[in-house]
Amino acid sequence: MLGGAGPELVTEEVKTGTTIIAVEFNGGVVLGSDSRVSAGDAVVNRVMNKLSPLHDRIYCALSGSAADAQTMAEVVNHQLDVHSIEIGEDPLVCSAATLVKNISYKYKEELMAHLIVAGWDRKDGGQVFATLNGLLTRLPFAIGGSGSFYVYGFVDAEYRKGMSRDECQQFVLNTLSLAMTRDGSSGGVAFLVTIDQHSTEEKIILPKHLPKFFNQ
Amino acid sequence: MFPCLNPSDVQDGGFSFNNCSRNAALESSFSESSSKPPKARKTGTTIAGIVFKDGVILGADTRATDDMVVADKNCVKIHCIAPKIYCCGAGVAADAQITKQILASNVELHTLNTGRPPLVAMVTRTLKQMLFRYRGQVNSSLIVGGVDVDGAHLYSVYPHGSYDKLPFVTLGSGAEAAVSVFEDRFKPNMELEEGKQLVRDAIAAGIFCDLGSGSNVDLCVITQAGASFLRGFDKPTTKGRREGSYMYKPGTTAVLTKTVTPFCLDVIDQSVHAMDTK
Repeated sequence: MLGGAGPELVTEEVKTGTTIIAVEFNGGVVLGSDSRVSAGDAVVNRVMNKLSPLHDRIYCALSGSAADAQTMAEVVNHQLDVHSIEIGEDPLVCSAATLVKNISYKYKEELMAHLIVAGWDRKDGGQVFATLNGLLTRLPFAIGGSGSFYVYGFVDAEYRKGMSRDECQQFVLNTLSLAMTRDGSSGGVAFLVTIDQHSTEEKIILPKHLPKFFNQ
Repeated sequence: MFPCLNPSDVQDGGFSFNNCSRNAALESSFSESSSKPPKARKTGTTIAGIVFKDGVILGADTRATDDMVVADKNCVKIHCIAPKIYCCGAGVAADAQITKQILASNVELHTLNTGRPPLVAMVTRTLKQMLFRYRGQVNSSLIVGGVDVDGAHLYSVYPHGSYDKLPFVTLGSGAEAAVSVFEDRFKPNMELEEGKQLVRDAIAAGIFCDLGSGSNVDLCVITQAGASFLRGFDKPTTKGRREGSYMYKPGTTAVLTKTVTPFCLDVIDQSVHAMDTK
């Protein structure tokens, strides 16, 4: 433990090799994530909740470097608190997404994290924003993380406009289940957060309760 | 907010990053010559912690290695940050030790400032903000465990500044060996003796199954009543006693004949060399 040269002995960086997804429905949003955090080949945390609150009705889903993503979420949480006190009411989802985008863009060389911001506000209802690499775009649904590449075809084929709250939850669970089966860096349990005007509901779905697909 | 450290900035005090540009140049020359750069070596340690019924139990091995040589057979890896918050460090020893000292000093100032005993969450936040600021160059992973007004808490913090809050954690090169013991036998709300035995077994798994960890098991038990540091709680690697004797007894081999030939020697020269004992 003593000696050795200095900076080149940096430990493997902890990444949230992950699957995250957010879907909008009429009146709210559903966010979902897996729970695996890896450092190189080892899983360092198999029950991490990657859905982080930014405000009462606004959540973000973390992916990329664990340190960068956690820090960005906490900084934006603080900034939103200050902002909502200044304007005297609950902040807009667009404001939260803009704050995340500002950090992502300004420090895009130094940080390696992608946050999907989703929530409900009084002005526009349920909204989902993607902030990859400093862009800001509103989408009906967004997926991210290493596991998302395996399910782009699935979500493109299965997404329909005008899904109900329950259908959205099922869509999110199906997507997570497929991605967690195929992606080595995603796994564990599934976390689900449903946000609407009245409440923010957090659920944990154990692997045995996830939907089952083809699996020899 | 996220200051980017420029290696050419003049530093007085704190960490020095003079070698960063040299390392970057070396890494690019490696990729050109299509040979691999030296792989990051995990420095030897097994540290672990659990939350039990009345608080937290932290454990650590006691070996400090310098490359492949054991530099210290009985070093201390568990340090006090606040009266009821302790910290185990893994990674580069110097980084871990200095980080813990800086942390203890800042937490003491914060305590005096607020007039309240520190929260484990506050200690973790201070620590991770410092590690994040140094972008992983401070190569120390730490387990922070303690008891505060909100109860017992256990955090693991990684060199780049990410953290996890869990009921049991392991870090260091022996982490994989130790976590297997926890995954098998951990239960929520364990009793004190059962908890101590579990942490001891996890560290012992690291001591026996990981080359970088060894020597003794240190434990630290923290409850609402206070903290007790059990130095040398278990010594699973003490040298055993030899069961038998490997010396042949006199008379094992029979003596057939014995011949004595005296040498007649005369002293022809004598000289004295004084030894330089200064």
